[in-house]
Amino acid sequence: MATTVAGHPHAAPVAAHAEKTGLWSWITTVDHKRIGILYGVTAFVFFLIGGIEALLIRIQLGAPDNTFLSPELYNQLFTMHGTTMIFLAVMPLSAMFFNYLIPLMIGARDVAFPRLNAFSYWVFLIGGLFMNASFLFGAAPNQGWFGYANLTSRQYSPGLNVDFWTIGLQILGIASLAAAVNFFVTIVNLRCRGMTLMRMPMFVWMSFITQILLLLAFPVITVALILLMFDRAFGTTFFVPAAGGDPLLWQHLFWIFGHPEVYILILPAFGIVSEILPVFSRKPLFGYAAMVFSGAFIAFLGFGVWSHHMFAVHMGPFADAVFALGTMLIAIPTGVKIFNWLGTVWGGSLRLTTPMYFALGFIAMFIIGGLSGVMHSVAPHDLQQTDTYFIVAHFHYVLFGGSIFSLTAGAYYWFPKMFGRILDERLGKVHFWLMFVGFNLTFFPMHFLGLNGMPRRVYTYPAGLGFEFWNQVETAGSFVLAASFLVFLYNIFVRSKRTTAADPWDGATLEWSIPSPPQEWNFAELPTVHGRDPLWEAKRARGGSLPEPPRVSGAGIHLPNPSYWPLVTAIGASTVLIGIMVGFPWVSIAGGVVLFVGVYAWAFEPAH
Amino acid sequence: MTAHAHALEHETSTGLDSRKLAIWTFIGSECLFFATLISTYLVYKGKSVSGPTPAQILEIPLVTFGTALLLFSSLFVVLALYGAQQGRRGMLIGWLGATIFCGAFFVGMQVYEFTHFVHKGLTLKTNLFGSSFYTLTGFHGTHVTIGVIWLVTLFILALRGKLPPEKALNLEIAALYWHFVDVVWIVIFPVVYLMR
Amino acid sequence: MPLGKVSLRRVTGRAWAPVFAALALAGCAENYPQTTLLPRGDFARLLHDVFQTTVWWALVVFVLVEGLLLFAIFRYRGRPGDAEPEQTHGNTTLEIVWTAIPAFILAMIAVPTVKTIFATYEDPGPEALHIDVIGHQWWWEFRYPEYGIVTAGELHVPVGRTVRLNMSAADVLHSFWVPQFAAKRDVFPNRPTHLWFKAEVAGNFPGQCAEFCGIQHGRMAHRIVAHEPAEFEAWVAKMRRPRPAPTDTATPPAAGIDSAQLATARKVLPTCAGCHAFSATDTTRGRIGPNLADVGSRSFIAAGWLENTDENLARWLRTPQAVKEGVLMPNLGLTDEQVTALVAYLRAYHQ
Repeated sequence: MATTVAGHPHAAPVAAHAEKTGLWSWITTVDHKRIGILYGVTAFVFFLIGGIEALLIRIQLGAPDNTFLSPELYNQLFTMHGTTMIFLAVMPLSAMFFNYLIPLMIGARDVAFPRLNAFSYWVFLIGGLFMNASFLFGAAPNQGWFGYANLTSRQYSPGLNVDFWTIGLQILGIASLAAAVNFFVTIVNLRCRGMTLMRMPMFVWMSFITQILLLLAFPVITVALILLMFDRAFGTTFFVPAAGGDPLLWQHLFWIFGHPEVYILILPAFGIVSEILPVFSRKPLFGYAAMVFSGAFIAFLGFGVWSHHMFAVHMGPFADAVFALGTMLIAIPTGVKIFNWLGTVWGGSLRLTTPMYFALGFIAMFIIGGLSGVMHSVAPHDLQQTDTYFIVAHFHYVLFGGSIFSLTAGAYYWFPKMFGRILDERLGKVHFWLMFVGFNLTFFPMHFLGLNGMPRRVYTYPAGLGFEFWNQVETAGSFVLAASFLVFLYNIFVRSKRTTAADPWDGATLEWSIPSPPQEWNFAELPTVHGRDPLWEAKRARGGSLPEPPRVSGAGIHLPNPSYWPLVTAIGASTVLIGIMVGFPWVSIAGGVVLFVGVYAWAFEPAH
Repeated sequence: MTAHAHALEHETSTGLDSRKLAIWTFIGSECLFFATLISTYLVYKGKSVSGPTPAQILEIPLVTFGTALLLFSSLFVVLALYGAQQGRRGMLIGWLGATIFCGAFFVGMQVYEFTHFVHKGLTLKTNLFGSSFYTLTGFHGTHVTIGVIWLVTLFILALRGKLPPEKALNLEIAALYWHFVDVVWIVIFPVVYLMR
Repeated sequence: MPLGKVSLRRVTGRAWAPVFAALALAGCAENYPQTTLLPRGDFARLLHDVFQTTVWWALVVFVLVEGLLLFAIFRYRGRPGDAEPEQTHGNTTLEIVWTAIPAFILAMIAVPTVKTIFATYEDPGPEALHIDVIGHQWWWEFRYPEYGIVTAGELHVPVGRTVRLNMSAADVLHSFWVPQFAAKRDVFPNRPTHLWFKAEVAGNFPGQCAEFCGIQHGRMAHRIVAHEPAEFEAWVAKMRRPRPAPTDTATPPAAGIDSAQLATARKVLPTCAGCHAFSATDTTRGRIGPNLADVGSRSFIAAGWLENTDENLARWLRTPQAVKEGVLMPNLGLTDEQVTALVAYLRAYHQ
């Protein structure tokens, strides 16, 4: 048998690990599955907040010269919508899957550094709450998620708005970097016996590449934010033109981070879809190696094309040409991915379940986003497209049609494993169709509006430019889109049914070999794999489905100790940064002391 | 630690200890951090609209001495690690102490230098040179300081006999970080001081 | 390259034209005065040509790939109890094919793209009319060094003569956008950027700032007014005509304003002159507000957003902060009488 799923040597009736419950158990948890759930719940709440912001934006734009929102509030909302969806929704929703699935898929008991993992979550939570707390002060960030200098200087943005953003993003950056180190090491070092790199599930591969992007891209934005913070807090002149500072430096640093960030948002989605399509096509992923290398190639190219966000900057013909061609090149590995997904579906025996609906919807929508992406790479015409709704259409097709469709597919697919409950299929399909129709109604007309002259980031538009009709359609569509998520919530809280089936979908990967939801130690006995689809191979060898894995006592399995020091350390680290914003050095010093105590207590606390 | 082998301490896929892999990963990320800071310094080199200029402020002799000590400390920490691995406590404590002395001297030199430069009229706010110089060298200095604190912690453990050969890895990880901080200075020193 | 492009353009120009109108333009681009899809200048036309090539290919790829996906979904839909399908793992030939075909298509797009990039960077030559474009929070200033005149909000250009825009910003980043004749280009406080175009038709077209620049970015619009050459010369001549200074009490009342109104206006005008110039030939740099020389004859006020009627002008003078929250012009607390007098003054002396 390929995987060892039954028969535990220590299956003695000893209550070695009592089920941990209560708030304290969640505060001190270092279990990757619980942390994954914390990430998921938190990020989903932020996703709903970002969605409400989007609805307010759409109401404002539903009619010309609308006064539903003041210009200042509109600017805060569109800034926070973008910032929230990228840093507080899509990235941490991906992190939920990293946390929950990577150890299960590679046959490990936890991540390499469980306490560091808890630390990442707490820092993320503090960063998200801090950023949103700005609304309470009426000073939410209002300079756009890209924060172009020199609008962000003290002179032109005297309020706390930009400070909330600068500090909030730095806090979130700490969370991302700590998590990236953790998952990188986990994937490299904690694979079970037989799990060679080229046998890793595609989701693990795409996550792996994502961690590398995070590790290399986030330091750049961190430095950019530090320079901006120094300008605002300590009077340096990095982005002050009068003193020789260059706002263009900000743009370069921001997009050297910003473009890899796009792949940080989409590669996990690629991975999720690459897990779901084979299972519901009942045949292996087509072109596994090509999928791995195209993912790596996309990430590699992703570091060399940042200036395609800046064609309107007047960089000169050579720079424009190089960045245009580099950007076009990315279409090739992306095309390889799409064709391999088609190859996976082709000749299969499709089971059109809800996860499969969303995965197929992802391909259909991502193709559109990919094609408009190629249109942007035509640098001369990008001089017309850039900063219009054509761009807004493009990145929503990639980030919503791509990432969110895929993350939703993943949510339906792994929900039984995570919660021991299965979501209603019929309602799931209602969710899909509402989302599909609502999404296209909201975002497809933006292509027309953009090409016909509607710029982005405008709080209103006058009557007479022809923008009225499609904006009304979009606003209506956005409410259909919002309704689809109400259906999702209803499905989760009312209509989901208990299931203890370990393998409800006839899965191919290791997470389906253990009970639903998994026990704290994941695998009673660490598995050994012999191929790419270990569970399918095990089932084939048995000539049928596997017996339900028993829930065992776990006696003798050593687990990392719960700890609250990650939370203490997270509070300390965030307080240091927040102190810089409020301008009271003693706040930073107090934070530094807490950080110092936290780190030492953490270092000298027995880990297990 | 019980006799049970813990799942997370099992042999790893690469055979490399996870903590060592983590510090390498972290160093990889830090490379981009310093690369960005150094690029910023270079982009703004000679772009200040007012003085003072690097040539008026920077003095080579003292910093050269500090640089030499920092470089020697990389050798010292290797010797200390050898002592730790061989269980030669005197060698461990002696060389680790020497490493810490060099690191602390470097930090002290930087504090002196910053104070001196401020007296000569260069602050963080004076011009782009001041902004980018203090930011770059300040972040490096912060890294050195963290390294010194880390090494002092290990030094105290060693004095109390809590750094036996089987825990030499704890020192090895700190040493990797220390080498990295040194290497970064090898770039910063010529870029900032020699090319002033 | 020309082979591919020529044949493509022939196709796009003839057989596929109706398809474009239906699919890409989604109705009539004529209904959108700010559209990028109806180029009326050489620069915009260059971009539009390469865009059409791209759209054509994108459409082909879209139909083919989405078609394959839909076909696969319906063709390979399974039924409960179906046998396990054949377990294929990949196909090297296919991988090569679907790497090569997109590469070929991209090459067909890349060649005209690079050619057009270099074409857009070409210098328009010494005959071009140079115009300095300066972005302010939140209005555009246009200076004509050749004629020694300044205006704001409305860029006047002659049809048939290339204009070269030398662009900069007074405060933060903006982006100047002339969708019908050219495209957009970011403007910076510390580095000059350029754009050039030759208008092919006369008319009054809208444009607006395209780089987020603060609270009123949404209403930082401008007009591009293209004149036939003779008409343009007349406009320049009118702009160069000497105007009375706001403090000049010697000049008798002009038509359309009585002496009582003139007296009222003159009491307020020194306040206005703190930020605004009243003569188009006053080329002093660094003023906070736009030059008001020809404000009476502009088609729009408040940065291309309010139609230039007496009511709107009065509304603006009374409470600019209510019309455009956060704009740099404060509410001056003018009485109705003063507002009426100022409207009459701006119309009478600055037609």
